[in-house]
Amino acid sequence: MVGLEHYLTVAAALFVIGIFGIFLNRKNVIVILMSIELMLLSVNINLVAFSSFLGDLVGQVFTMFVLTVAAAEAAIGLAILVSFFRTRGTIDVEDANVMKG
Amino acid sequence: MTVTDFHTVLPEVLLAVYAMAALLFGVYTGKDKTTGLITWATAGVFVVLALLIGVNGEGAQSAFGGLFIDDAFARFAKVTVLLAGAAVLVMSYDYMNRRGLARFEYPVLIALATVGMMMMVSAGDLMALYVGLELQSLALYVVAAFRRDSAKSTEAGLKYFVLGSMSSGLLLYGASLTYGYAGTTLFSGIITTLEHGAPVGLLFGLVFMLSGLAFKVSAAPFHMWTPDVYEGSPTPVTAFFATAPKVAAMALLARLAHDAFGTIPGDWQQVIAVMAVLSMFVGAIAAIGQKDIKRLMAYSSIAHMGYALLGLAAGTALGVQAMLVYMAIYVTMNIGTFAFILSLERDGQPVSDISALNMFSKREPLKALAVLILMFSLAGVPPMVGFFGKFYVLKAALDAGLTWLAIAGAVASVIGAFYYLRIVYFMYFGTETEGVESRMGTVQWLALIVVAAMMLVGAVNLFGIDPPAAVAAQSLVQ
Repeated sequence: MVGLEHYLTVAAALFVIGIFGIFLNRKNVIVILMSIELMLLSVNINLVAFSSFLGDLVGQVFTMFVLTVAAAEAAIGLAILVSFFRTRGTIDVEDANVMKG
Repeated sequence: MTVTDFHTVLPEVLLAVYAMAALLFGVYTGKDKTTGLITWATAGVFVVLALLIGVNGEGAQSAFGGLFIDDAFARFAKVTVLLAGAAVLVMSYDYMNRRGLARFEYPVLIALATVGMMMMVSAGDLMALYVGLELQSLALYVVAAFRRDSAKSTEAGLKYFVLGSMSSGLLLYGASLTYGYAGTTLFSGIITTLEHGAPVGLLFGLVFMLSGLAFKVSAAPFHMWTPDVYEGSPTPVTAFFATAPKVAAMALLARLAHDAFGTIPGDWQQVIAVMAVLSMFVGAIAAIGQKDIKRLMAYSSIAHMGYALLGLAAGTALGVQAMLVYMAIYVTMNIGTFAFILSLERDGQPVSDISALNMFSKREPLKALAVLILMFSLAGVPPMVGFFGKFYVLKAALDAGLTWLAIAGAVASVIGAFYYLRIVYFMYFGTETEGVESRMGTVQWLALIVVAAMMLVGAVNLFGIDPPAAVAAQSLVQ
């Protein structure tokens, strides 16, 4: 029997993978965008699982909002990435170093 | 019912409709030739809405089944946000025009970000909170990368986007846990659930949401993005980042802490207290070695957020009042300071090097004096207004029994005074080197001089912002 805790575990695992994808990845900014998407989608699993478990529709409404915002966020991220590529000619994480920090 | 609801959200609806109309107008008429018109119109709309909200608003209403709350607290924050936004818009137009940045999208994006901020401070539900926050953030990511041909600006935009999205992810994960364990996304529902004890899941949700919001107010240990983004973004954008969004995010933090988790103050107080102490010290110490004035202002804003959080950590109505007064003062000081930073140039190129200010007082005595007053105020030297802001938050912390926090705050403010005074030192006693020019339009000059005068005159009664802040705090903390 698959219970609520299984869904929560999967979501938590995906969320942590997403966070580590952002911090441990030293190569490519596209991978960071994918990690961000992974984080947001793991939250969706959480919300839908809770919504089904509680018998309450609000969680699924929330999921719709998150999906919409995630799409807008990906669009803006890619747009910024394109202008970054135009000025630098690369999208390596290591090359984002004009400013220290 | 619906008519009343729409009446409650009228300012937000008006601003959103205006933003879209301005975008259409810009696209179908002169494109970038209309920038000046749209900038001034946007600032005008901001001021009109601020008056509408400030004068007309009364009592506390909630709309759309509690999703949206319009109370004295939200109105105070909205008026501050709108006026700060208007001031930054008009004083940066001259700069944008001269640097070839005068594109008509800029005021439109700022208007959209402001709609998001107004949503944030009025949020009565986790969904409204998230959508408002994202509307603000998405517009701000774009303006950070606004100088598309500059490596610095695009890098700042990219860094802001990545770290900002991650913080939204943290906040959202916390929101999902809160929803799951409270069974509702309404703040009023969450607080009812908490009356029967706080499940561990809710506490996890609370901590995740606090960290997500700490990113947005750039409180340590979530401040890493601030110096790079402040340095890399075009200066008008930096000026905007340092003012309105900070107020909105801080108000949202207070709203979440009191409206949703008000019955368990002990659990969030300690988290906020730790963030406050870290921010004050990180801001004060890390700023000492900075050579770039925009980077220095980034650390300065981290330290100031620490003080505002100190008020919040008190967990009382007095603490919220102190936080609101502090934010209003902080925003005013930053508007004056950035009016000055915007004007610095050498051979027509913008300069942000601190050493360029050497002997500035010889060339521009009046401006140097105004900057001296602002720096003293930022450092919290009496009798400037900045001192009263710090005094209020320290008093709130003391009254709430957080003596060690107040002591830490006082120590950090002494350390922090060093780098503000260093700027004054360079201006008055520095060595004679190749100087910097300060070319100001009328608006910037007015902003600098008026704000500096306000820092002195405000010592009398803080321009009467104290009673409205008290009413606002009362409406939030019952």
